[in-house]
Amino acid sequence: MDDLTSRPVPDALAPPDERTSLRERWSGWIGGGWIFALLILLVLVFSLLRPAQFASPYNLSMLAINAAIFLVLSLGQTFVIVAGGIDLSVGSVLVFSSILSAQVMLALSGAPADTYGTTNAGWGVILIGAVTALASGAAWGAVNGLLVTFARIPPLIVTLGTLGMALGAAQILTNGLDVRALPDLLVNVIGGGSIAHIPVLVLIAVIAAVLAAILLHLTRFGLRTFAVGSNTEASRRAGIPVRGQIIKVYALSGLSAGLGAIMSTARFSTTTIGGHAMDNLTVISAVVLGGTSLFGGIGSIAGTVVGVLIPIVLLNGFVILGIPPFWQTVTMGAVLILAVWIDQLKRRARDRG
Amino acid sequence: MSNSPLLQAKGIRRRFGHVQALDGADFTVHAGEICALIGDNGAGKSTLVKILSGSDQPNEGEILLDGQRVTFSSPTAAQAQGIATVYQDLALAPELPPSENLFLGREILRPGLLGRLGFVDRAAMRREAALQFARLGVRLRSAKIPVAALSGGQKQSVAIARAARWASKVVFLDEPTAALGVVQTQRVLDLIRQVRDQGLGVVLISHNMSHVLEVADRVEVLRLGRRVAQMSARDATVERLVAAMTGGVSQPEPAHG
Repeated sequence: MDDLTSRPVPDALAPPDERTSLRERWSGWIGGGWIFALLILLVLVFSLLRPAQFASPYNLSMLAINAAIFLVLSLGQTFVIVAGGIDLSVGSVLVFSSILSAQVMLALSGAPADTYGTTNAGWGVILIGAVTALASGAAWGAVNGLLVTFARIPPLIVTLGTLGMALGAAQILTNGLDVRALPDLLVNVIGGGSIAHIPVLVLIAVIAAVLAAILLHLTRFGLRTFAVGSNTEASRRAGIPVRGQIIKVYALSGLSAGLGAIMSTARFSTTTIGGHAMDNLTVISAVVLGGTSLFGGIGSIAGTVVGVLIPIVLLNGFVILGIPPFWQTVTMGAVLILAVWIDQLKRRARDRG
Repeated sequence: MSNSPLLQAKGIRRRFGHVQALDGADFTVHAGEICALIGDNGAGKSTLVKILSGSDQPNEGEILLDGQRVTFSSPTAAQAQGIATVYQDLALAPELPPSENLFLGREILRPGLLGRLGFVDRAAMRREAALQFARLGVRLRSAKIPVAALSGGQKQSVAIARAARWASKVVFLDEPTAALGVVQTQRVLDLIRQVRDQGLGVVLISHNMSHVLEVADRVEVLRLGRRVAQMSARDATVERLVAAMTGGVSQPEPAHG
């Protein structure tokens, strides 16, 4: 081994110059870059056209709050899609987790079950409610993962099934009615409060995004998520416990739905049984828009952040400009198709060498 | 070439239903040699390789590694004893760079607390990978691009370099030159010699007689589940090999003990 270090290292293996490496790193992090440029462009255009309304601190913080819950859901979804799966159940899991945690908090608060409004439950009760939501989300995710790995049912079907089951179970728990009594502290301090002018919901989403980015891009768990999504069989032969990895990834997506559940009840001061039917499509679009490949093995948290922000900025800008908001739906569909098309072109170009 | 065999199979029998895939097959490979395992389709090559690399278990017969009797219950068990296999599908993760493929499932973690938290050390993996590639004379366009962007020969080289990195004893190569062009084939054959020169036993499974004659030190021929010939590559010609494979001429089996 000693004489090997003295051998000349081939040019191609010498450290590449910093410029290339920085560019490669950027393109890896923001999923090709063009989608990031699109977001900057949208923000610039709207800011220039309607500086007073669009760029106002109030509007920007509303934008961020609107993005916060979707961002949290999209973080878990990014892991699932990078691992080559898909999770359609996130919206229903969010609803189930919020119902369960709201019921737990209501029961613990000592208020009568038909309370309408807020309860005066303390932080201890809120903490128990939060843990309930996170645990219930993670449990649904683990069920998804177990069915995908051990029953070998395609993830599209498994999560379509649990989408129905989680929503139905939530309705069974409450007879189809929303729980409308939540701790006052949760609603006002977390849902409506801010720290240093930054809404608490946004802070939670930002912290979650930073943690998710560290987990995906810097740890062995993240690297193995990419490996499993890139080539499951190769990962298995290399000794990676593939099933465990996939189960953990789905549990993570469920966990993020559980966190979204707390944020949602805190923000709206009620559970929202009917309000999350489209969450899965919004979230999957955002993740794919952010450069994560539906075929697995490619993706980034930074891209997902951009992918979440684009539809929200677009809708907000259209409303401010007086363009009928229906155009946002049309535009988003087109942008999504464009994003996947560009991903395919890049992939084909690369595979040709 | 040392005299005592590194890996030896004796009287391996394997039956699938009514098909006797291996009918008392023998096989030997020494450290620091390239041994080609050839045979017509259905001769039992794949079955023998699967058994010797832990993917399948024999009904009868014994396997000796360094003279010790061993059983491989799984590919992982064989790997743990220093035997690696490169199948034709290569088992690479196309979206990951060569270094991360080299360390797939055996990632290098950061030192200290970060490592215990599961943080990977990509720089160390790249350094180690560059050393391994340099040691084996593998030249890649870039150490950072995903494996999917490499040529077929370079992908093959990454897979072989990975096997050589983790095998301490024997590397099985299943048709490593099957889909490659002329230049790429030469590079892969050079790489196979480099792996041998590291002191490993290399078993080359190939249909291509000219590649076999070019690179192998020794050739063993399987026919109908038995070893029907073994010869030094110097003595071998395409005609002799084909004759042995097809049963035109059978060379008497030397007694083994």
